[in-house]
Amino acid sequence: MVPLSFYVIVSTVMFVVGLIGVLIRKNFLIILYAIELMLNAANINLVAFSRYYQSVNGQVISLFIITIAAAEAAVGLAIIIVLFRKKATTNVDEINLLKW
Amino acid sequence: MAQLLFFLYFSGMALFSSVLTIGLRNPVYCTIALLSTFIHVAGLFVLLNAEFLAAIQIIIYAGAVLILYLFVLMLLNLKSNEPVVHRQLWIALFFGVVILAEILIALFKSPMMEQTGPAGAAAPLAVGNTEAIGLSLFNEYLLPFELVGIILLGGIIGALVLAKQPRPQSASAGGNGSHTLDVPLPQSGNGQTGIASPAVAEEIAQPLDKVGSV
Repeated sequence: MVPLSFYVIVSTVMFVVGLIGVLIRKNFLIILYAIELMLNAANINLVAFSRYYQSVNGQVISLFIITIAAAEAAVGLAIIIVLFRKKATTNVDEINLLKW
Repeated sequence: MAQLLFFLYFSGMALFSSVLTIGLRNPVYCTIALLSTFIHVAGLFVLLNAEFLAAIQIIIYAGAVLILYLFVLMLLNLKSNEPVVHRQLWIALFFGVVILAEILIALFKSPMMEQTGPAGAAAPLAVGNTEAIGLSLFNEYLLPFELVGIILLGGIIGALVLAKQPRPQSASAGGNGSHTLDVPLPQSGNGQTGIASPAVAEEIAQPLDKVGSV
């Protein structure tokens, strides 16, 4: 029987990996991948607690998270395409039009 | 015991491939590593008695969202000779490790640490996982469900509006105004079909010619 804390530790480590990925990568697409990693870590956490509290609510909210992630992916990819059309790059350091 | 072995395999592979996702140079390899992460997380969901969510994870995440990413990646034609890692690497690693240590310390001090929970088979959901999720989704979570539908609609419209190719304005049409004449002009005396066409073609071409000459 796997304790609950193992799952929470796995989800914590995966969340921090995603956080570091957001901070260190330059490619916009890889930053979106890292955001997906963080959402997945949240999903693991929710499902683990749902299992250990014998309640289905965590799984339902995890379903909502998957849906929001799909919408976020669509809009993020559209932004990437527009940016690439304008500047021919996906490097986030060169996207500084709104920076003062 | 077997459950612990499966847990170690799935979580180890998920963490390893998530590190690969943010560590590899080639974005296509990053995508494949992310696919491996999703599949192993789906394995973790199966271990947690969430079979419906594991199927959704594979079908929607790995099957739809990731393929969308892969298509955009192949549209973009990224050049890969520049350094992929930001110069704030060490600061980011430092703060990441600090945050990880903080969360782990808080976790090890919590009373949840040793809890194993009720045994799997007898415990949850006498009606089955999918049916239980459906009942909860359409009774208790009906309003969030509809809100999520509106968010998806907003996502569709937003993606369409953002990514639509802007219609070429007069500035771009003025540069090569002659391409409006690419419409094959019917030769005179070609029979009945050619009689009405030159006037129509002139009508079509005339405003664009004016724009082009301005």
